[in-house]
Amino acid sequence: MNDVYESLLVLSDGTSFEGEAVGAVPDGGIAGGEVVFNTVLSGYQEVLTDPSYAGQIVTFTYPHIGNYGTNADDDESRRPFARGVIVRELSRRMSNWRATESLDAFLERRGVPGIAGVDTRRLTRHIRDAGSLPGVFGIVDDRFDGHVSESALREAAAIEPGTDGLDLVAEVTTQQPYVVAATGAGTRRIVAYDFGIKSTILTNLTRLGTVEVVPASTPAAEVLAREPDGVFLSNGPGDPERTGLVDTVAGLLGELPVFGICLGHQLMGLALGGRITKLPFGHHGGNHPVKNLTTGIIEITSQNHSFAIAEGSLTRAEVTHVNLNDGVIEGIRSSDAPAFSVQHHPEAGPGPRDSAYLFDDFEHLMKGNAA
Amino acid sequence: MPRRDDLDSILLIGSGPIVIGQACEFDYSGTQACRVLREEGYRVILANSNPATIMTDPDFADVTYVEPLDAATLTRIIERERPDALLPTLGGQTALNLAMDLVELGVLDRYGVELIGANAEAIATAEDRERFKEAMVGIGLDVPASGTAHTIEEARAVVADIGLPVIIRPAYILGGKGTGIASTPEEFERVATAGLDASPITEILIESSIAGWKEFEVEVMRDRADNCVIVCSIENVDPMGVHTGDSITVAPIQTLTDVEYQKMRDAAFACMRRVGVETGGSNVQFAIDPTNGDMVIIEMNPRVSRSSALASKATGFPIAKIAAKLAVGYTLDEIPNDITKATPASFEPTIDYVVTKVPRWAFEKFPETPSLLGTQMQAVGEVMAIGRTFCESVQKALRSLELGRLGLNADPGETATDDLSDADLLAAAAVGTPDRLFQLEAALRRGMSVDEVAAATKVDPWFLDQLSRITEERAHLERVGFEHMTRRDWRRAKRLGFADAQLAYLWGLDEAAVRAARVEAGVIPTYKTVDTCGAEFAADTPYHYSTYEDSTEVAADPRGKVIILGSGPNRIGQGIEFDYCCVHASFALHDAGYATVMVNCNPETVSTDYDTSDRLYFEPVTLEDVANVIDAEQAASPPGTPGVVGVIVALGGQTPLKLAGQLPADLVLGTSPASIDAAEDREHWNALCTKLEIPQPAGGTATNIDEARAIVAGISYPALVRPSYVLGGRAMEIVYDDEHLASAIEELASFGAIGADGGIAPDRPVLIDEFLEDATEVDVDALRDRTGAFLIGGVMEHVEEAGVHSGDSACAIPPYSLGDGTVQVIEEYTAKIADALGVEGLINVQYAVQHRDSGDEVFVIEANPRASRTVPFVAKATGVPLAKVATRVMAGATLAELRDEGLLTDPVTGYVAVKEAVLPFNRFPGADRVLGPEMHSTGEVMGVDTSFGIAFAKSQIAAGDPLPDAGCVFISLADRDKNIGVTAAAQFAGLGFRIAATAGTAAALRAAGVPVAVEVAKLGEEGGPHAVELIEAGEVQLVVNSPRGRGPRADGDYIRSAAGVAHIPILTTAAAALAAARGMTEWSSRELVVRNLQEIHAP
Ligand SMILES: Nc1ncnc2c1ncn2[C@@H]1O[C@H](COP(=O)(O)OP(=O)(O)O)[C@@H](O)[C@H]1O
Ligand SMILES: Nc1ncnc2c1ncn2[C@@H]1O[C@H](COP(=O)(O)OP(=O)(O)O)[C@@H](O)[C@H]1O
Ligand SMILES: [Mg+2]
Ligand SMILES: [Mg+2]
Repeated sequence: MNDVYESLLVLSDGTSFEGEAVGAVPDGGIAGGEVVFNTVLSGYQEVLTDPSYAGQIVTFTYPHIGNYGTNADDDESRRPFARGVIVRELSRRMSNWRATESLDAFLERRGVPGIAGVDTRRLTRHIRDAGSLPGVFGIVDDRFDGHVSESALREAAAIEPGTDGLDLVAEVTTQQPYVVAATGAGTRRIVAYDFGIKSTILTNLTRLGTVEVVPASTPAAEVLAREPDGVFLSNGPGDPERTGLVDTVAGLLGELPVFGICLGHQLMGLALGGRITKLPFGHHGGNHPVKNLTTGIIEITSQNHSFAIAEGSLTRAEVTHVNLNDGVIEGIRSSDAPAFSVQHHPEAGPGPRDSAYLFDDFEHLMKGNAA
Repeated sequence: MPRRDDLDSILLIGSGPIVIGQACEFDYSGTQACRVLREEGYRVILANSNPATIMTDPDFADVTYVEPLDAATLTRIIERERPDALLPTLGGQTALNLAMDLVELGVLDRYGVELIGANAEAIATAEDRERFKEAMVGIGLDVPASGTAHTIEEARAVVADIGLPVIIRPAYILGGKGTGIASTPEEFERVATAGLDASPITEILIESSIAGWKEFEVEVMRDRADNCVIVCSIENVDPMGVHTGDSITVAPIQTLTDVEYQKMRDAAFACMRRVGVETGGSNVQFAIDPTNGDMVIIEMNPRVSRSSALASKATGFPIAKIAAKLAVGYTLDEIPNDITKATPASFEPTIDYVVTKVPRWAFEKFPETPSLLGTQMQAVGEVMAIGRTFCESVQKALRSLELGRLGLNADPGETATDDLSDADLLAAAAVGTPDRLFQLEAALRRGMSVDEVAAATKVDPWFLDQLSRITEERAHLERVGFEHMTRRDWRRAKRLGFADAQLAYLWGLDEAAVRAARVEAGVIPTYKTVDTCGAEFAADTPYHYSTYEDSTEVAADPRGKVIILGSGPNRIGQGIEFDYCCVHASFALHDAGYATVMVNCNPETVSTDYDTSDRLYFEPVTLEDVANVIDAEQAASPPGTPGVVGVIVALGGQTPLKLAGQLPADLVLGTSPASIDAAEDREHWNALCTKLEIPQPAGGTATNIDEARAIVAGISYPALVRPSYVLGGRAMEIVYDDEHLASAIEELASFGAIGADGGIAPDRPVLIDEFLEDATEVDVDALRDRTGAFLIGGVMEHVEEAGVHSGDSACAIPPYSLGDGTVQVIEEYTAKIADALGVEGLINVQYAVQHRDSGDEVFVIEANPRASRTVPFVAKATGVPLAKVATRVMAGATLAELRDEGLLTDPVTGYVAVKEAVLPFNRFPGADRVLGPEMHSTGEVMGVDTSFGIAFAKSQIAAGDPLPDAGCVFISLADRDKNIGVTAAAQFAGLGFRIAATAGTAAALRAAGVPVAVEVAKLGEEGGPHAVELIEAGEVQLVVNSPRGRGPRADGDYIRSAAGVAHIPILTTAAAALAAARGMTEWSSRELVVRNLQEIHAP
């Protein structure tokens, strides 16, 4: 038990939480970011490698994390983007036939610092009431050289910006365009904007055809010049209004079929005259009920967003999906252009696959447009 | 889609008596359903033969039929009530099978009753294993290779095809009855035959065995609009091969990646849709090959199940309640989530804690049956524990079991594995038994590696590693030592679930010292909330569990609080009856303006429903955990408010009673711990009886064999030997000679002083009494208030004579043969005893009445100043809410006040109610079916009518052994039973039955002029057929066989088991035979009339 080092988590409002160091040692001894929570019971590897978590420290509300280890197939992107991870219990023993590396080793190798043993329920309730807020953590155990003092952590916490003012998309997007071959009989050509795209999204898109992934900065004209059957706007981190991508999206709408998810959805909303609001503590989980207003069917959805399209703000689109927990807009369809988008994650990874039909809807949209 | 307005009245079928595989979880679901449907304005017609249930309280349904659950009776009820719909999915397998019968008989069509919740087609698809498999293969799911058979020949053909090992499972059964795994041709013959016999449609499924795979369960809900959600996922610690009901199970699933889990989720929905369960909850079981992730589907239950109750308690999502709403037309999004209020029920609960369920078995009561776990469920009850980690929850669960274990070893009980060699220990742990978990820890403690143990036992390495954390922590604690414990040390130990008592054991201290030091170090439990959403939304339901974290969530409450201690896991001797009492206490006190606080750990019960009490603490009922709740509630009482005004220990059976003495005496409501002890303490009790001049059987107490001999010298054999402080006559024996006495004492000694109950030790003397032969036993439940006012709740005359445990014998209210004088004497004695003990609340006194020419002589057997097993029966029979009245009395009200208030009413007259016990013998191959002073029944039924005979006959039908109306009665009686036996036989003959009898009995019958058609030879002797042959040939319809003493496995033993196998009713006492004769006589002359409690109780 002596290789267990005391760690401390301090939030920007001064609230602190005891724990033990796991994963990588933070650069400079202190890890910082916006502290959010996720309520999934399984899927920690997907969450940690989801680029949308760039700039954030993820708290898992389920206490046992790491039980089934990690494996090469379940990464959502080339590397973890979360700035840190907060858990109640990190499994030291993994058990699953697909497991190749323990989560602890994975975090260490991938440079993700973590703190375990935390009363994550107290933390979650605090975030629920105070709203997600910046925080920092580090090793305070003096048996560890390179430990930091509590006061140092408190100072760091007070000035930690979280994700405010950051252009996180620039951090996560691909530098070069690349092509992913079709995996099925699909013959479409799709251009996918990478704002932080998840691999399960690509898996779903390549069933429809070939996918050309382009950097976030790619101008609309360049994409149109490629003459694809449709354009996909991916998920991604941060505040959509800071990305400066609204015009790009506006330049695509009406020209060809467009489908957006999460950040892509918010950008489409902005392009269709909507406003964006920041939710108090966001939606991060795999169990949110979303009602499809067209079919009346309820989908249990995977969610991960802190921003949303403001209710009633849309001028050139209609609402197609709403969150039954809090009425947040989950899906929209353009009134005049062949374009639709959803706030939740039909690709799951992690989470339920109830909304997977949306990719077929995209296919229909492209077919209709071709015809 | 809103509520259906085309329905007015709905018939709900309960699950009948508590049996293995179908326990009080169905009272929980039925009670919820009744509540909901009435709130929705429907007229609810309830049928359930089990008087101990909450759901059969007259105020839970519009009309309540405590009548036998068979097609004939149900048809009469439908004829009379003309319900618009029948909801069959909340009463377990019993209700489902009955509904199918009514469909096949055309009854539902005839009376235009719509089946809601699940239709016949869906039920058949799920329950008929062959159809189910075809359906699953049809939708692309994998199932184990298999075939079906209706005869042993067909069975052999199938196995020739798929090869051994195989598992054999009958269609339309519950709890795995008749199920088993066969690895050799011999085993195959045996298991296949038993399986065919167990299936009501003689059909078995033979399936290649995948024992050792990982087993999982998911709870699915579906509504009319085809919205599906998973309420809870469960992983079994015991691998495939051990019935889920016998497995230690954990929620949520721990070792599946999201990819694998979503695959299982999609499969569960596909299954639900294919089977066609339109609305409600279902349970789907899967198995996964740990080496490659291959997944097969095992079965689906198209109804609310045991696991649904567990899932509801584990997540706070009330499956039964919501299933009922879905059945009447609502969709999930139209139903609010009770706990958050803000969000709808159309979501999937997420949890931020770990739930562990551990079953409780009763093998100790069936010594002839090896305590092996297989594919047939054996557990009689279960506990659930909630902790923030698996380690914490599993240790809490183990100490909740009340088997004298304090947690995962680190207690006196751990020595059990000491003498095993490493190899033997590992071999033992490889087999499913009640001790497996303790053996696993012992193996790890001996330094065997997780992989080694996993390979041998097929228990998942993740679970084993968690167990080894407990092992390592134990070593650490021993190293550090009590004196040097820091705050962090205390906190880590408690976070891993160690009880103070375990730490005390490790350090050789007493528990109080440990507690004091821990509290001194500032390490006290925090209470978190079960909120369905992992704290994402504010919860407004105070459903708490303890854990050692930073912050607690118990809200301040200015009301005076009463803490009600529940009865823990169901077991033989302590079951649903006590939960009934606790729930009534909660209702009564809430109505009286108190804040009620329930503490219990049994997931099957109504008491652990979050809306039964103002607050629920899902906690072990041990001293440490209860003391913590008291502290927490005091801490949550604002200054100047009454705080905790009392703790109720007298309603939950022995579980809370054991704690009475250790709790702050001023908090214990009602009868003082001192007088509770006085009644148990033999010396004190004898003195009291002498002072009151109340005769009792001669006897004394012994702490060793010599003292025992000395006592028997004073009284004559037979004598009754029994340990003190036990319930259900645990380890009680009638001894007929010295050698037998010695062996009985020896057995008790072998329990040691730490036995769950019983045992013999200087501080646990054994009671030895003269055994009163041919005595009528009488049970009395009575009430006394603080002013001394006294009230008889009910006087119950037993059918079987004294010597058969009160819990196993049939009994009647009012007495059906005792003279008024005798009853009066009994009532006077009871009043005197209650006074002498200063009872405030309930008292149960048992008497044995010997009939002498000089008149009846009444002996008192024992008195218990607490709620008894019979309180619910008395309440149903008399219409007096005994438990509620008692609770108010304990809280200080007087009987007079309660009369004015209208709570205390006069008992009904003009009816006879008969309680019959239901026994689990067919679950325990080889067990002798003889009734004795040790209780064996798991449940009870009630028959009520205007005459004893009919009421008794109804009770027999309800108990599942309807009396025959024609054929042959086989009679074989001990000499002492012969006179009564002759009277009974004469009546059977009078009814046109043929009589077969053994030589001695035949002679006695002929002498009395009763014709004997067949004289039966002793087993293995010449001179006519012997009984077993006759029974197996189906030539006997009723067996009357009273045992002759004990000793070597006697003829009667074989006869009774043969009858048991052939499902022929067996009466093991002459008294019961006489009662049966009366019932059959009246039955033949009158036709069945059904009555509901409301009309019976109407003044
Ligand atoms: N093919 C099989 N091989 C090994 N064990 C099995 C197999 N099928 C079922 N079992 C075991 O038998 C138990 C009971 O089977 P199940 O189909 O669930 O019957 P029940 O209706 O009694 O629940 C399961 O919990 C599982 O442990
Ligand atoms: N002296 C006795 N003579 C005959 N039967 C007795 C005697 N004492 C007890 N019994 C029988 O044993 C049963 C169990 O004894 P009891 O003291 O009631 O145990 P428990 O406390 O488990 O109810 C009684 O119901 C009664 O039938
Ligand atoms: Mg099952
Ligand atoms: Mg008794």
